[in-house]
Amino acid sequence: MPGPELTDHSAAELSQALAAGETTSAEVTRAHLDRIASLDGELHAFLHVDAPGALAAAEDVDRRRAAGEPLGALAGVPVAVKDLLCTVGQPTTCGSRILEGWVPPYDATVVARLRAAGLPILGKTNLDEFAMGSSTEHSAYGPSRNPWDTARTPGGSGGGSAAAVAARLAPVAIGTDTGGSIRQPGALTGTVGVKPTYGGVSRYGIVAMASSLDQAGPVTRTVLDAALLHEVIGGHDPMDSTSIDAPPPPVVEAARRGDVTGLRIGVVKELGGEGFQAGVRARFEEAVGLLTEAGAQVVEVSCPSFAQALATYYLVMPSEVSSNLARFDAMRYGLRAFPDGVELPSAEQVMAATRDAGFGDEVKRRIILGTYALSSGYYDAYYGSAQQVRSLVARDFDRAFEQADVLVSPTAPTTAFRMGEKLDDPLAMYLQDVATIPANLAGVPGLSLPAGLAEDGLPVGFQLLAPLQADDRLYNAAAALERLLLDRWGGPLTPPLVGQVDSLVGPVGTPEVRA
Amino acid sequence: MPEITRDEVARLAGLARIQLGDAELDRLAPELTKILDAVATVSQALEGAGEVQPMSHPTPLRNVFRADELRPTLSPEQALAGAPASEGQRFLVPRILGEE
Amino acid sequence: MTTVEVGLVPFEEALTRYEPVMGLEVHVELSTATKMFCGCPALFGGEPNTHVCPVCLGLPGSLPVVNGAAVESAIRIGLALNCRIAEVCRFARKNYFYPDMPKNYQISQYDEPIAFDGWTEVEVEGPDGPERYRVEIERAHMEEDTGKSLHVGGSTGRIHGAEYSLLDYNRAGIPLIEIVTRPIAVPGDRAPAVARAYVQQLRDLVLALGVSDARMDQGSLRADVNLSLRPVGTAALGTRSETKNVNSFRSVERAVRFEVSRHAGILDAGGRVVQETRHFHEDTGTTSPGREKSDAEDYRYFPDPDLAPVAPSREWVDALRATLPELPAERRRRLQAEWGFSDLEMRDTAGAGAVDLVAATVAAGSSAQTARKWWLSELARRANEQAVELSALKITPEDVARIQALVDAGAINDKLARQVFDGVLAGEGSPDEVVAARGLAVVSDEGALTEAVDRAIEANPDVAAKIRDGKVAAAGALIGAVMKEMRGQADAARVRELILARLT
Repeated sequence: MPGPELTDHSAAELSQALAAGETTSAEVTRAHLDRIASLDGELHAFLHVDAPGALAAAEDVDRRRAAGEPLGALAGVPVAVKDLLCTVGQPTTCGSRILEGWVPPYDATVVARLRAAGLPILGKTNLDEFAMGSSTEHSAYGPSRNPWDTARTPGGSGGGSAAAVAARLAPVAIGTDTGGSIRQPGALTGTVGVKPTYGGVSRYGIVAMASSLDQAGPVTRTVLDAALLHEVIGGHDPMDSTSIDAPPPPVVEAARRGDVTGLRIGVVKELGGEGFQAGVRARFEEAVGLLTEAGAQVVEVSCPSFAQALATYYLVMPSEVSSNLARFDAMRYGLRAFPDGVELPSAEQVMAATRDAGFGDEVKRRIILGTYALSSGYYDAYYGSAQQVRSLVARDFDRAFEQADVLVSPTAPTTAFRMGEKLDDPLAMYLQDVATIPANLAGVPGLSLPAGLAEDGLPVGFQLLAPLQADDRLYNAAAALERLLLDRWGGPLTPPLVGQVDSLVGPVGTPEVRA
Repeated sequence: MPEITRDEVARLAGLARIQLGDAELDRLAPELTKILDAVATVSQALEGAGEVQPMSHPTPLRNVFRADELRPTLSPEQALAGAPASEGQRFLVPRILGEE
Repeated sequence: MTTVEVGLVPFEEALTRYEPVMGLEVHVELSTATKMFCGCPALFGGEPNTHVCPVCLGLPGSLPVVNGAAVESAIRIGLALNCRIAEVCRFARKNYFYPDMPKNYQISQYDEPIAFDGWTEVEVEGPDGPERYRVEIERAHMEEDTGKSLHVGGSTGRIHGAEYSLLDYNRAGIPLIEIVTRPIAVPGDRAPAVARAYVQQLRDLVLALGVSDARMDQGSLRADVNLSLRPVGTAALGTRSETKNVNSFRSVERAVRFEVSRHAGILDAGGRVVQETRHFHEDTGTTSPGREKSDAEDYRYFPDPDLAPVAPSREWVDALRATLPELPAERRRRLQAEWGFSDLEMRDTAGAGAVDLVAATVAAGSSAQTARKWWLSELARRANEQAVELSALKITPEDVARIQALVDAGAINDKLARQVFDGVLAGEGSPDEVVAARGLAVVSDEGALTEAVDRAIEANPDVAAKIRDGKVAAAGALIGAVMKEMRGQADAARVRELILARLT
């Protein structure tokens, strides 16, 4: 295949090259595995790499292609999967000691769909333990690093998937988003991340953090790649009772269209301004300006309940966490730890000792907080009120979508922060998700795409939100904005770790190109 | 202001079956109090909002049922593959106190 | 916890000072093909851990999907118990840790049961005939069963001495309907019988609905008996105990009696009843303490986000109502009227478990009274001798109807009929085959009969004289003599006619 390195290509480009016979899946997969081998020591994006499995799957696709079998659009394009999804034959740890070495006997529906569509699975990516965190520093197996600056975090919880895609260790990856775990890492690593409509992608086989908020989605470098991957993994699944039994939105078509003429874009008053880094605000406003120039109408909308979205989230989520994580008890799978100095300990004592030894601090904090919020005497004040505020958040979205077709905001309040910076201040860490959480509470879809580099030379994310089941609107608007930005920049944003610092393309504004 | 005392944390840890050490209890009580303080504002959003239904599910699905048809089971080997211990095709666990 | 050993107060004596209030919680395992939330077989037993999948093992990532047939069964049970059916209800998680519960929460229903506010009427025997009591149903809700544990090692083999335990999750996730009564306050001396009759009635009801095999011995119908005492004439409820493991109808009755005696003993001694779970022991008829239910028990129920609410439409509920079979109590009332039985006859018939047998015998052509006569006397005696249920006798209602038809036709008489029963029960064939093989047909040869009559008159001249004098009643002695000679194989009515024809 001519041109730059195989690993620099988007999934859509690879797909075309594969279809044209210019390369093979085995070649593409090997190129990514090689890059993982050379760079992941530094990035730690992966918890497990399955080179033999990925190559076998790649060779299988190549054989089928050679035999003239009809194949899906992304057949042969390798993918990385967040280690929160069950995979037959590969460990699934959720970034936790409590599941160290566990190999599930079944595939998550998303994984089964990836396999069926012929995407070789490179391996499992790092995450904050059970997806609880915004920096990947809460992984029991050590943090991932941001390819833009390895002293900084790639965000979280899906920092591994985002870092892998940003650093070209994988063309595309799967993430999960409960409060922003796809979109915030997308913002911090300059990648595209989509949280589909709740119920748009099956949760079956994805280890639950907060069941009413969790949603898996694509992590990619382009909007079209995200749409192509979304189409592979989305759609109704009878194994998930919350899966929407309706035709999925036409996301690929929308991503190819990218036309914002006459589109009403609502800037959410409550998701921006104070607390947002100056460079983040600047890139956001410039992007809104570009959309206006391209023919979109911009309106300001107000969603007053969003002021309590973070508080609502930190009641609903831990409550569900406290119940979802009860099953990790040393009886049927996973770690079994014994209490010190107890002869013939009981099952109860072993459960308690295992859960102390197997869970990290953040997980314990959330389990205890959720246990509190659900316990008798507090339920109404905390969990009950939070569920009511959720209704208000949904109502505010409904009203806003009467005024605008899509809503926009910065994805995260800051660019990538330094490792350790927020580790001892949970509340500061929680604030990372202030703009992403409302979508999870209401179930609506959200997308983050890179909007340029801030004054610190680090990527900024631009978030789009759409009504339930209108994911295609995100792709349409994002594709338009992506094209406008690429025209400005003359090419994609590329992190220095890719090894091509010289060719780093300047974004809108005044980037600091670092050596 | 709400407060989660050290004793309260110990009680909650008991309910959540986590054997927290003294140092963890000492650290968690003020941490959780601080977090709770931040989230206790939640009901402010409800002031003047009138009657608001709690939302337990983000999508309005109803009556999602499965037909009463058999599906493949796991083999006992698959079921027990991840078990810390097993015996006679059963999960072997430390002695269970209590009853039922 | 320190337990003060106090004496038991005899049941009748306890009732002079205290009034029992009961609550019954019955768990019915549904006989659906698959489990409540996954497609594994909902079968009793099986090799350990062969009916399991990621869902019922609670593996990380697995999700429940509701078995629609189980919801239908729940609604039908609710309707049969005269309950209201919820327009919308949700599943809730009941959070507590126990090794036989794979997720460490049970999917159940909390404040939104699928059926609520119902009632049923039970009948028990009083000194003046049957008495009816209305039992109010608070709720019937859907939930999932737990796995089973086996305790190994230790000195006693009992759970407290076990060194380790073994878990089998075949039962985990089997659909359960929990049916909860409101407090039942009936006259104290009726309480044990009412409790028993209620559980029996539920069994009959779910069998009639075809939703469960309702085997108490296999645990597919399980009763918990909650009981408290209050001083006679007071209204406030006392502290209750919850007795589990009550595995037969008789045990339900005994558990109530024992707990009344035990509570009275504690209260008489000035003690306080501890709110706790207790276990019933079949062998001794006593209960022993289990887990103490502290106020700290906090299940942290919340709506299960993995499951969509259940909102049965009016059309669906109406369609299910139309599928309800006639329920046992209604049916008994209808049959009693059709058969013209007295309350006593009907109660005896029901008590002997013969309602279905009599109905089938009537359907095969017998009159209700003769059918009742055979089943409740002749056949009940034999069942009793063999110590089996009436229905277990090796004779069908059709056989009984055929034997009665032979009697009605004069082919055999009642005495011979008993020999036909012997033959059929001994496996000698159908009634007709037994009659033929044993040569039991009534002698209808007039010549032979006339000769026998003549011999009887000859041998009993005094009796013959009395009859000639008009004392017709004396004919009985001659009939007896003829029947004896004919070894019973004669139609007594015909013999009487012949005697009277000769002597009057």
